[in-house]
Amino acid sequence: MTSSARPQGYAHYADVKDKRTRELVTPEGVDLKIRLADGGARVGAFLIDIGIMISALIAASFMLGAVLGESESFDKAEIVVVIWFLIFFFLRSFYFTFFEIRPKAATPGKMLMKIRVAARNGDRLTAPAVFARNAMRELEFFLPLSFLFSQSGGVGGLIASLGLLWSGLFLCLPLFNKDRLRAGDLIGGTWVIEAPRTILSEDLAAPEARKHASKAEPITFTQDQLVAYGEHELHVLEDVIRKDDIETIITVAKRIRRKIDYTRGARELDKDFLAAYYAALRKHLESRMMFGNRRKDKYDD
Amino acid sequence: MAELTLKSEMFRRQRESDWKKLETLIGRVERGSVKSLSDEELIELPGLYRAALSSLSVARATSLDQGVVSYLESLSARSYFVLYGTRTSVMERLAGFFARDWPLAVRSIWKETVASLLISVIAALTAYVLVTNNPDWFYSFMPESLASGRTPAAETEFLREGLYDGGGDADGLSAFATMLFSHNSRVAIFAFALGFAFCIPTAVLMAYNGVIIGAFYAVYIDRGLGFEVTGWLMIHGTTELFAIILAGAGGFKIGWSIAFPGEKTRGDSAADAGKTAATVLGGVVIMLFIAGLIEGFLRQLITSDALRYTIAGTMLLLWCLYFYGPRNFTAERES
Repeated sequence: MTSSARPQGYAHYADVKDKRTRELVTPEGVDLKIRLADGGARVGAFLIDIGIMISALIAASFMLGAVLGESESFDKAEIVVVIWFLIFFFLRSFYFTFFEIRPKAATPGKMLMKIRVAARNGDRLTAPAVFARNAMRELEFFLPLSFLFSQSGGVGGLIASLGLLWSGLFLCLPLFNKDRLRAGDLIGGTWVIEAPRTILSEDLAAPEARKHASKAEPITFTQDQLVAYGEHELHVLEDVIRKDDIETIITVAKRIRRKIDYTRGARELDKDFLAAYYAALRKHLESRMMFGNRRKDKYDD
Repeated sequence: MAELTLKSEMFRRQRESDWKKLETLIGRVERGSVKSLSDEELIELPGLYRAALSSLSVARATSLDQGVVSYLESLSARSYFVLYGTRTSVMERLAGFFARDWPLAVRSIWKETVASLLISVIAALTAYVLVTNNPDWFYSFMPESLASGRTPAAETEFLREGLYDGGGDADGLSAFATMLFSHNSRVAIFAFALGFAFCIPTAVLMAYNGVIIGAFYAVYIDRGLGFEVTGWLMIHGTTELFAIILAGAGGFKIGWSIAFPGEKTRGDSAADAGKTAATVLGGVVIMLFIAGLIEGFLRQLITSDALRYTIAGTMLLLWCLYFYGPRNFTAERES
């Protein structure tokens, strides 16, 4: 029933998953298998943060403007200017540092994208490291920006475009190393990793998860029917059941029945069939596992 | 048929409550501080963490429930970062910064500081000689906005007045001080960041800073105002220029460590240098804040040369003693 010929490029899914996984062994000796944040999430987080900074600045300007609008006093105007400049300066220089030295080690943008900063060597993240990684933003972001907006033609314009090209190189640094480090990460000894707050999902093999099935005929499988698949297929099946999309469930149930030569019971629902097969397959594979005999996927023996 | 019970499911059922408990505690620490935990909870935390880690190992080896494994991975990582994260409070860290980290960092980059100082001084001298011999040079060094009329063509009296009236009345001083502070800090952070490109842009920035001072000096010394201009410049300059030179030194430290990592890997070398340089830079921002206050307020309010020199000298002495004065750091040294 199982064909041992692995189709070309089939092993690919595992590689993609592991390309961003890094080892982080705790002092207790367990590898936490952290994953590097993906580029899109980082860019997204940065855009959110920039958005927050700009909104904060605009809000502050309006508020200060409102305070100023009521009076003509010079002293007041001066204080307003001072406050505005300080807000601008602290936002630009310390917004990122302020959030990243806290226990979550993430700015609001990073929190939304579920990523965080961590020390590359697994040690604790120190304040100088966070400060260093964010001071480099002057070079990576604000310098290209200033070249971009410098309004000059002729030789000045040429110099500006060369400057843009040169400073743009620093911006593109994460594309050229396998750990996606930007200049600030190199200097700070940090990297940005995924920080999912996974919620413990219901165990699909638990009797409660399958209780509706017990009303109908119990669904049983022979040993032969359980050797058709491996762990990868089990995980795919788990995803299918969790997503609970009726179309997919019907298709998948049909394919599994065909593959394992199973005759559908009279009042048997596709959903119940999948839940029962999932539990049975997991039990089978886990007992193999207990004896150190893992089966990665259906092409594995 | 007998109810299908899996070992992995039993395993999960027995430990689930401990995991949830750990999750709640960690969530509270992440949101607020460790102080929000009671003593019992604090004692419980490491045990729960180790239990979760061991569950993770077991789950990886025996369970095919992806939900459990990824939950435990996420929970363990979060707990790891909380438990092995910062232990000290903000106040303790600040105290450590001023008592130990900052002066030590400044000391450790003395070679870079000397280099940074030399570049500035040589650039200043060059500019001074050039402008003295041919005042036309002044206009190629100084941007118009910075000179604001204080050019070789200006009247001596105009220059002299500029040194003492501080550009108008005592109003607007705090705005002036703030602008100076934020501008200078940006230059300092920039000097630091540019070091990443193998020191050269930092060197250029330091040299440019020196050139401006040199050209400026040439104009005033030419009119016999050398003594007066020094008081005007150095009352805050001993703090401000010192800070800029330190920021440049931080940039050199980074650039050098990337270009010549020595025994370490390039990454480690950069990270170590970055830590030192960032500590220096953090202090530099504080120095520039002080310099901004002196420049914005004191310089405009104090017009006596003697007093200006006294303040300049005192500040320089204080900084040097603080950074380089003999001290026993070993007493309370930790990581």
